[in-house]
Amino acid sequence: MYAFDEPGSPPQFCEEYDLTVTVNGCLYQRRVPVRMLLSDFLRHELHLTGTHVGCEHGVCGCCTVLLNGEAVRSCLLLAVQADNMALTTIEGLAGSAEELHPIQRAFQEKHALQCGFCTPGFIMSVHAFLHEHPDPDERQIRQGLAGNLCRCTGYQNIVEAVKLAAQYLRSSQSQREEA
Amino acid sequence: MATRWFGAPVQRSEDPRLLRGRGTYVDDIDLPEMLHAAVLRSPYAHARIKRIDAAAARALPGVHLVLTAEDLGELLEPSPLLVPHPALTQPRTQLPLARDEVHYAGAAVAFVVAEDRYLAEDALELIDVDYEPLPVVASLEQAAAEGAPLVHADVPGNVAAHLVQRVGDPEGVIASAPHVLRERFVMERGSAMPMEGRGVVARWDPHEGMLTCWISTQGPIPIRNGLAAMFRLPEHKVRVVAPDVGGGFGTKIMMFYPEEILTPLAALRLGRPVKWIEDRAEHFLAANQERGQIHDVEYAFDDQGILLAVRDVFLHDTGAYTPYGIIVPIITACTLPGPYRLRHYYSEFKVLYTNKVPVSPYRGAGRPHAVFVMERIMDRIATELGLDPLEVRSRNFIRPEEFPWDVGLVYQDGGPTIYDSGNYQAGLERLKEALGYEQFREEQRRARERGRYLGIGVACYVEGTGIGPYEGAQVRVESDGRVYVSTGVTTQGQAHQTTFAQIVADQLGVDPRDVLVTTGDSQAFYWGVGTFASRAATVAGSAIHLAAVKVREKAKQVAADLFEASPEDIELADGKVFVRDAPQRALTLGQVAIASNPLRYSYGENARKLMQMQLAGPRPGPALPEERGGPGLEATAFYSPPRGTFASGVHGAIVEVDPRTGMVTFLKYVAVHDCGRVINPLVVEGQVHGGVAQGIGGAFYERLVFNEEGQLLNGSFMDYLLPTVEEIPPLQVEHVETPSPLNPLGVKGAGEAGTIPVAALFASALDDALAPFGLRIREMPLDPCRLKQLLKEYQNT
Repeated sequence: MYAFDEPGSPPQFCEEYDLTVTVNGCLYQRRVPVRMLLSDFLRHELHLTGTHVGCEHGVCGCCTVLLNGEAVRSCLLLAVQADNMALTTIEGLAGSAEELHPIQRAFQEKHALQCGFCTPGFIMSVHAFLHEHPDPDERQIRQGLAGNLCRCTGYQNIVEAVKLAAQYLRSSQSQREEA
Repeated sequence: MATRWFGAPVQRSEDPRLLRGRGTYVDDIDLPEMLHAAVLRSPYAHARIKRIDAAAARALPGVHLVLTAEDLGELLEPSPLLVPHPALTQPRTQLPLARDEVHYAGAAVAFVVAEDRYLAEDALELIDVDYEPLPVVASLEQAAAEGAPLVHADVPGNVAAHLVQRVGDPEGVIASAPHVLRERFVMERGSAMPMEGRGVVARWDPHEGMLTCWISTQGPIPIRNGLAAMFRLPEHKVRVVAPDVGGGFGTKIMMFYPEEILTPLAALRLGRPVKWIEDRAEHFLAANQERGQIHDVEYAFDDQGILLAVRDVFLHDTGAYTPYGIIVPIITACTLPGPYRLRHYYSEFKVLYTNKVPVSPYRGAGRPHAVFVMERIMDRIATELGLDPLEVRSRNFIRPEEFPWDVGLVYQDGGPTIYDSGNYQAGLERLKEALGYEQFREEQRRARERGRYLGIGVACYVEGTGIGPYEGAQVRVESDGRVYVSTGVTTQGQAHQTTFAQIVADQLGVDPRDVLVTTGDSQAFYWGVGTFASRAATVAGSAIHLAAVKVREKAKQVAADLFEASPEDIELADGKVFVRDAPQRALTLGQVAIASNPLRYSYGENARKLMQMQLAGPRPGPALPEERGGPGLEATAFYSPPRGTFASGVHGAIVEVDPRTGMVTFLKYVAVHDCGRVINPLVVEGQVHGGVAQGIGGAFYERLVFNEEGQLLNGSFMDYLLPTVEEIPPLQVEHVETPSPLNPLGVKGAGEAGTIPVAALFASALDDALAPFGLRIREMPLDPCRLKQLLKEYQNT
């Protein structure tokens, strides 16, 4: 399938690539056009439409996913760059269809979303942020979230939600340690 | 009926779905055999199209359709003028695809449909358009200049509309007043920038003869009506759905954005579903914008600081077209008097064409401009007379006992501008206390001694909300006891599914979680207008309330027959229906719903239990008595407000300015807000927070910069700065409640309020902080560079 260069001919590029990627714990093998964005791959090939695309130039943060645990913007990556890596999207965060992840719960309790479009990106960013800063102060939270845009909430309730989520995560962590 | 849910901070029923990434926004809709569209846009702000050659694009494998103006046949019609007005003598609306001439950079020129979006965009590059550039009108000043180029060759002077309104004798009063000042205020364009762009998915089903369109819009029903007319289909064979919409703020209601016609047209021609999704670059280039105005204002006041008369003459930038008539400048003219007792007022505006993106309402819709002008006047009166700026406002306020207050102007809906209720002094007192106004001057003095510039700013506003013509709703209890509500308005984050459920829950004695609300689906509710102008809770909310009351009365009738009691003795509570003195013998609401439908058979647990109960036997006469009005616990109601209801508020902030960098930091922000009765305080506060954030963007960060060729220079999020969490301060929201007497819920609109006073407040705070420099802000939006530049100018003079 790969159109590698013939000796002496002008360089050619392969147009498709066999991609192997783990998303939310499931292994996928797909042949994809090499120019396909990771965000488009998740949304349109895997139908994981919770990852949203707000700007396609890496500023708004709506498309944030975890790549090997780190928050990345899926609109700035090609799908093929995720080859043999593990991704987590918003769909993979809550344990089951009935329960919400503590970050999601905190967002609901603090009314930290309105239209909901930026929300999955925020939650994935918060997930990575709280992993690094389990007990953040407000200043750290504001710095940590400055890479995600929200046009509805004015951010105040998002900041409150992050404080609450940190509390939830710390208490479940200490419960686990006690057990 | 006791209100348990109205007014309670109920958590949103929308959230679990959205939090899990299980929402359905337009781009999430994936249909079998679906094709993807892309739009070729004009690179010129004004040019003649000499030739379009799309042959290479049509020949590209995987391309199914390329549309240019000449392929549109009878659809090549200018869009309808939404709101005609006698003063709008030269209306112009756009074609679905430009023919012969383009009038702004970003105008749609061709539409390509291909196997996928990547391929469709490849094909755009193969379309060869031969343009002959024409002179460009890139600014309001330029549009108004003598001998200016013409945006539309047949519109002399670029003047689309000219309107004069007059109250009292402003000229006479100004001629004899003790103090008269003249100033110019300049406002530039910004953009709504919802996080989700626009988008359309269209499907033609030949078996049902049904065209279905999912559109990220604020007004699916008017779009349904328009598409039916265009495609010569019965209205009920066109279904338009606004699914989850990722923010609108006004920009998503405009009939018609070209893609809303071209996408269904392609689906009809190809017999396959077609999707078009706007990307951010396109949103910058071709989604409607707002806020360009220049005001020349003359105002008179006495020695006590009482404003005697205002003479405001302004220019309004409508861009290349007038799709929304002259709504925005009319709102500006009518909003300008604000909470003040202004009895002599002259307002004149001209609406001018420019070679820029068309203008339609964006959150605030002409109001931030008006509030900017009036609040700058109040601050200036205080400075001139050496009075406290809050005291000047107090002296000019309309008093609570003076309502209803007739401003004397014709409002945007064609009716009189009459304030229904308000208590402006109460709001100001609340603000003073929350802001620590009295203590601030000392703090400011001490800060200045240390070389720090602190300032306090305030701005008051009155906002017309909840305008007609009407909205409607259907409320139905099904056999499972759950209540289903449908209404024509849409939701773009306002939590209608929760707040509307709260309204119904109180009437029917159920938990709001058992009330399921459908918004924005023309097949679920046939009639309606849309969500804009802070009107959904007021107008649709009232209709929902009226329908729920009808259902409650019907449930009482049906239960009264079953219990052999009087309807007045029936109560509805906790999902049950019972005779007041005998709550132990209760039916569930679902059982009453079953009983209200006189069939010989019914299914399910509720029906079985109903059969076992000892209830009254069949009555003589028809199974469905006339007075029931039909089977089922179901009712439809409409609400048409007598006129708009006027919300109000006052915002105050303390800022610190660094004159060396031009950076401004908010130290405190308080918003006092009166939207009548509050359905859900969480939701209202959220609306205010978001509005203020957009207002701060519009005051200090967000300015669309066009060059003299009409090219947008900052069309990306790297260059056009939406405020992030680091720019928005913690906000304190305080409520004052003066219920509206105009609707059954006593509510007023809340959606736009947060945004309206912020630019005025910002200017007020900067003037105060930089008083040692003698600064007077006369423009919005600013940015740190512009502020530094202004300081330099003031230092040099």
